[in-house]
Amino acid sequence: MLQDIVSVQLPVNEQMRLRKNHFEPYAKTGNEKRICIVTGVHGDELEGQYVCYELVRQISESIHKLNGIVDIYPSVNPLGMDSIQREMPIFDLDMNMIFPGCETGAVAEHIAAAIINDIAGADICIDIHASNIFLKEIPQVRISEDTAPKLLPYAKMLNVDFVWVHSSVSVMEATLSYSLNKIGTPTLVAEMGVGMRITKSYCEQLLDGIFNLMTHMGIWNDEPKNVSHPIVSTDGDVSLIYSESTGIYMPAIRHWAGISKGDRLGDILNPLTGTVEQEIIAPCNGIVFTLREYPVVYQGSLIARILGGC
Amino acid sequence: MNIETVFNLKSTYRDDFQINGYKFGKGEKTCCIVGAMRGNEVQQLYVCSQIVKALSAIEKKGDIARGKEIMVIPSLNPFSMNVQRRFWTVDNTDLNRMFPGSFEGKTTQRIAAGIFDIIKEYQYGIQFTSFYIQGDFIPHVRMMQTEHKNISLANLFGLPYILLRKPRPFDTATLNFNWQNANTSAFSVYTNETERIDEVSAQTLVSAVMRFLSRMGVIKYQCHGGYMATTLEEDQLMSVHTNSGGIYRRIKQPGDAVEQGEPMAEIIHPFDGSVQEEIISPANGIVFFAHKSPLVLQNSVVYKIIKRLHV
Repeated sequence: MLQDIVSVQLPVNEQMRLRKNHFEPYAKTGNEKRICIVTGVHGDELEGQYVCYELVRQISESIHKLNGIVDIYPSVNPLGMDSIQREMPIFDLDMNMIFPGCETGAVAEHIAAAIINDIAGADICIDIHASNIFLKEIPQVRISEDTAPKLLPYAKMLNVDFVWVHSSVSVMEATLSYSLNKIGTPTLVAEMGVGMRITKSYCEQLLDGIFNLMTHMGIWNDEPKNVSHPIVSTDGDVSLIYSESTGIYMPAIRHWAGISKGDRLGDILNPLTGTVEQEIIAPCNGIVFTLREYPVVYQGSLIARILGGC
Repeated sequence: MNIETVFNLKSTYRDDFQINGYKFGKGEKTCCIVGAMRGNEVQQLYVCSQIVKALSAIEKKGDIARGKEIMVIPSLNPFSMNVQRRFWTVDNTDLNRMFPGSFEGKTTQRIAAGIFDIIKEYQYGIQFTSFYIQGDFIPHVRMMQTEHKNISLANLFGLPYILLRKPRPFDTATLNFNWQNANTSAFSVYTNETERIDEVSAQTLVSAVMRFLSRMGVIKYQCHGGYMATTLEEDQLMSVHTNSGGIYRRIKQPGDAVEQGEPMAEIIHPFDGSVQEEIISPANGIVFFAHKSPLVLQNSVVYKIIKRLHV
């Protein structure tokens, strides 16, 4: 059942609607668990679109297996998604920096508050992101140290390759996930692929994980999926490699490949002078789980994240 | 006056990204004045340019106090200004959400760290900034309501209002918040323009900064006393929302007095020209903020009113 979460009249003959697809079992007992799948907080992150499509399709096809409530929010930033813009157009605002919003606030804050109110009270929420256009990510779940005891068991069911437990210090407080976790709605951030693209294999991997999680929570009546056992890691095991010069990054490695300390991760090239500005060398052994996708780099551009630490 | 490079970043396709600081006087790092951090903050850039001009004249007369140093940074983001984008040109991140920054972090964090490392040393910090919603304010000084706030110092600008804001999660990465945390007395100063130059309010702010510096004994400067400021908490301002979207026709301007029930604006139907909504003042008071863009969305905050306490 399609439902409007919040609707705002735009200036010229258009209504902006934030919509969800709400599924519930035919015979409700009132004790059903509820899962929320949210995506599109950033308008340039499209990986979640295919996940939502498949979720809706598969649940609709096998609605008899549904024992709980599933709310699917394919695009909570519809204007951003339509205009190929990461931020919320008009205000140029990163939506993931305005939660929990404010019901009586300006438009963007009002919308943020409506999203929080609609999801609040769910038994689990998954906020699907797709990196940005600059970086490619393997399917992973990110949670903070504070929430790890509660969220890690759920994260392990999601069929991702990697669970990254962030230090609480680095957690952004104005995100959807932080705001929901703060009010007691367990929320996981899934991250995979690259901005403005859909990686079908990653989407299918996460889909299996979501159905597996729903099965374990009693929301979906099916056999549990055979999911992968993710590597669970903390900040200490992750090395961030930044560019120390400016130019064009040409990788010398593959994504999600093992590397050894001293391996060449790639070069920063100067297309005008034909020179190599920097040779990027691996500082440790490990696996590259984040790799630069967009070639133009400045000093400080993230090139790779290596799981392995130094 | 000495011009110094505060921060430098190499670029492949453009000149180096360079932030310049204009220094006046020598000695104790007394006051740092920061202008445009976003690429569209033209009025803020202009105000700083006029402050540099005024301080140059004052320095020539020998009227900068011995042992005091002032630095003015007119633009922290020339790259974005030159391509007319509000945020960082490469990834559209907001520099004013990157403080205190990190020397080991991403590009905008490194820029923030490079700037902050230098400007955190100053005793007073003044930032000219803009609001994310297009609109006009009564010129005022804004401060984060932290344990470090100093209202009596804010009064020395002689502007009509001081606004206190309770920090929200996204405020903790702003320059103002981090300046205060680093024990700099920090003031954000808002004017009633961003993308266009308004001479009158620009001169009001130049005078306000000169008044502040004069009262703090940093410069010798003759000026009017300005206002005895009224201190407001942001939560006390009454927001006036639209019930519909359309073309916005503003009637009341910032600084205007309004009576309860008085029309403040109209929302015009974009196709047939009819008035589809009249925005009515919900209280007696003074307009503090007024929406500017000619188009408006439903539920937009188009006015903020200072409620009059005595009717």
